[in-house]
Amino acid sequence: MWAERARLATRAVGEILITLGVTLFLFCAYQLFYTNVVADNAMRSEVSDLRKQWAAQSPLPRTAAGTAPKTLGPFNSADSLGHPGAAFAILHIPRLGNTPIPVVEGTNLDLLSRGVGHYKDSAMPGRVGNFAIAGHRKTHGEPFRYLDAMRAGDLIVVETADTWYTYRADRDPFIVDPTDLAVVAPVPDHPGRKPTRALITLTTCNPWWASTERMIVTGTLLGQQPRAKGEPPALTVNAPKFQ
Amino acid sequence: MYAFLWRHLPGPVFLKVLIAAALLALIVVLLFGWVFPWVEPLMPFSGNTVSQ
Repeated sequence: MWAERARLATRAVGEILITLGVTLFLFCAYQLFYTNVVADNAMRSEVSDLRKQWAAQSPLPRTAAGTAPKTLGPFNSADSLGHPGAAFAILHIPRLGNTPIPVVEGTNLDLLSRGVGHYKDSAMPGRVGNFAIAGHRKTHGEPFRYLDAMRAGDLIVVETADTWYTYRADRDPFIVDPTDLAVVAPVPDHPGRKPTRALITLTTCNPWWASTERMIVTGTLLGQQPRAKGEPPALTVNAPKFQ
Repeated sequence: MYAFLWRHLPGPVFLKVLIAAALLALIVVLLFGWVFPWVEPLMPFSGNTVSQ
């Protein structure tokens, strides 16, 4: 009788352990596979929604000869006024394969599963100051998975409602502490100083799977052109790709 | 545990298999839809921002 009970109890413990193991396996499947599928779909639909919205507020006024085109503000779509959560720009990084990545307003984890997130207090694209964005290195679409492949001189393109902005990476990616807020300051490393240049800063986690550090890429605005002029050279020339 | 559940599922074997499969699917849906998204932020995998 006692032996029988011990046998049943042992078996129950074994079954519970197997169940936990299977659950952990499912969690891995969720992280490695499922979140990417969901996020990739979300990002694709953010990008296509944004393009539709931009197309609807354009065509950039086809002017009668002689009249200056009406200028659209860069962020004058209903969703691009800084409402938290709305995608307002599209990021293209030739080195990472040029996949269009929506930029959403805000950096909490829910938002980062729909694109890369704009630090709310940082500058808007093309503006003097620091346009700072965060993205996943792993899981949830992992837009910055290969950010370590970026090199000084690589181009980073930001597409907004009316303008293409092209930034150039100042240096190879570097590593900072997770608390190093100074990297997203208007003048990086000098919080409080008044900015004079238009910069971009990308942040992501490092190393893969452990978020004990942050990997940073910084760049400076190189040029800009109106949407109406089509894609900037950075996207049309044969850029070095990550492979 | 599983033997106990199996004994208490109603009906002939094919119905038991069907119910067991449905229960399993339900559990997976609950895990992927609610449990894992809740656990995820507690894991040290996804700190992408600099903050204090």
